[in-house]
Amino acid sequence: MIEIHVQSHRGDFTLAANFTGDEGVTALFGPSGAGKSTVIAMIAGLIEPDQGRIVLKDRVLFDRATGIHVPPHRRRIAVVFQEDRLFPHLTVEQNLTYGRWFASGQGPSLAKVVQLLDLKTLLRRHPATLSGGEKQRIALGRALLSAPRLLVLDEPLSSLDAKRRHEILPYLERLRDQRHLPMIYVSHTVEEVVRLADRVVAIDAGKIIATGSVETVLNDPALWPILGEQDAGSILPARIAKHDGDRGLTYLSMAGTSAEETLVIPLIDAAVGAGVRLRVLARDVAIATEMPHHISIRNILRGTIAVLESRTATTTEVTIALSPEIKIAARITKASADDLALHRGQPVFALLKAVAVDRRLPP
Amino acid sequence: MLTAEEISALLLSLRVAMVALVFSLPFAVAIAYVLARKNFPGKIVIDGVIHLPLVLPPVATGFALLLVLGRKGPLGSFLYDTFHITVAFRWTGAAVAAAVMAFPLIVRPIRLAFEAIDPRLEDAAATLGARPLFVFLTVTLPLAVPGLLSAMVLGFAKCLGEFGATITFVSNIPSETRTLPLALYTYIQVPGGEGPAVRLAVIAVVISLGALIIAEVLAVRAKRRLRGPALQSLPNPPPNPPSSSSQVAP
Repeated sequence: MIEIHVQSHRGDFTLAANFTGDEGVTALFGPSGAGKSTVIAMIAGLIEPDQGRIVLKDRVLFDRATGIHVPPHRRRIAVVFQEDRLFPHLTVEQNLTYGRWFASGQGPSLAKVVQLLDLKTLLRRHPATLSGGEKQRIALGRALLSAPRLLVLDEPLSSLDAKRRHEILPYLERLRDQRHLPMIYVSHTVEEVVRLADRVVAIDAGKIIATGSVETVLNDPALWPILGEQDAGSILPARIAKHDGDRGLTYLSMAGTSAEETLVIPLIDAAVGAGVRLRVLARDVAIATEMPHHISIRNILRGTIAVLESRTATTTEVTIALSPEIKIAARITKASADDLALHRGQPVFALLKAVAVDRRLPP
Repeated sequence: MLTAEEISALLLSLRVAMVALVFSLPFAVAIAYVLARKNFPGKIVIDGVIHLPLVLPPVATGFALLLVLGRKGPLGSFLYDTFHITVAFRWTGAAVAAAVMAFPLIVRPIRLAFEAIDPRLEDAAATLGARPLFVFLTVTLPLAVPGLLSAMVLGFAKCLGEFGATITFVSNIPSETRTLPLALYTYIQVPGGEGPAVRLAVIAVVISLGALIIAEVLAVRAKRRLRGPALQSLPNPPPNPPSSSSQVAP
């Protein structure tokens, strides 16, 4: 749907990005300074690449070979930037409708966007009087109302604190679920990617290092250095098996594992059979060589050690295969690994100290 | 209270200043924008030429105008032959002299205002579909309003007070080119003219001060709108986002 092949050199920074985006949400994921914002500016037409070609839905936006460079205002690619970039001299309503002038009657109505983003009480205010979260909601609404063919979100939550971030994320999920608008979502936060994205393009130091489904890319241990120590972990697909309202628990089953491999989490509000995407951080997984008893941890999964390696002097990263398809990563101290004499192919138990439900998938 | 001659000088000055301001403002805005946002070879030369009247002796500027725009001058003869327009020794010439002298003072605040505007706002407008001219008219120009206001006041005051270039270019003809400062100068030259001279000086002070105060009030209002009035920044009602995710630890 969107094809991007771009190269550019600025000083000693070289960017070479080739990837394609499809319907739904494509996450452009990588650490700060990886070149994400540059790629976005090239897609939007704000920066001209040295070489390459950009095609959106059969329309060539940039092609060095034939000298095509469609200016940003004719690309119909709306961008929600890191900073809100609202027009300070206009009211919220005037900001929202700015792009309507050029939408030629297409796109959602103002009323619909106001409802989607809960903006009704803000319409007459000026941007200077709004909180960061409110500003980003308006920037999002303004982008939607310009009836774009592609919506680009360039770390829209990075200027917000954790509380505000969690206020905006549900709106982005709603948007993803309600609108049939392809999106490119730039982020360096695993949680946002897991919650929002359908596929991931990982970028580091100006190069695309991995592309694929969220599970494939984020579960790849090669990506751990980019995820950072805190965020390294496993993404697991699961289904709601049953609820136990009396005890306040929800049981989840994972495809390809036996019935006893059931996860238990505090009760959540989702239909039985609905799919969820789970995230288990490597630092939240402990390993036992025999079934532990008298322990508060409820989620104990049986598996075998598939990979065992030490990336630093003090820690050992262990990949435990629960089934041929489902693997879970654990980080333990090197001393523990030595004391337990862990080795490849050994049957072990993975103890999950925390499970985050990061995304509801359609049943 | 004022004599017919004094009133004539006052009205002429106001007319000259207004006309000079109205006609030079669009050019000043265009040049200020180019200087603020574009880089090209020779930019420093354009910048220098615009500032020249500020540092040149006004009489030299007036003389240059006379050479270029006089009936025999290259531009002056062209204007006369083609459109039958003469500006030398006319009140329109006084307006031209005032505009040229005030131009650097008008360009500077506008340029500073443009430079202070975040170009990323203009980028954002472009991604929403706005053509460059539309972006300029709806984003750049409105955000430069405080700078435009101070440019207009500064320019207006300069036009009112212009003396050297005016008297050199269009002379000191009663009811045609004798503006307020020229009338003031004339009265001072005549024995017993101190009375009218003082009256004219007081009028000049009142007009200039009035313009400064009006501009300041308007600029404060414009800035308050951009930064947000203190009264409106009451705490916002807590938003009620839909919940669909949970972080849990069994």
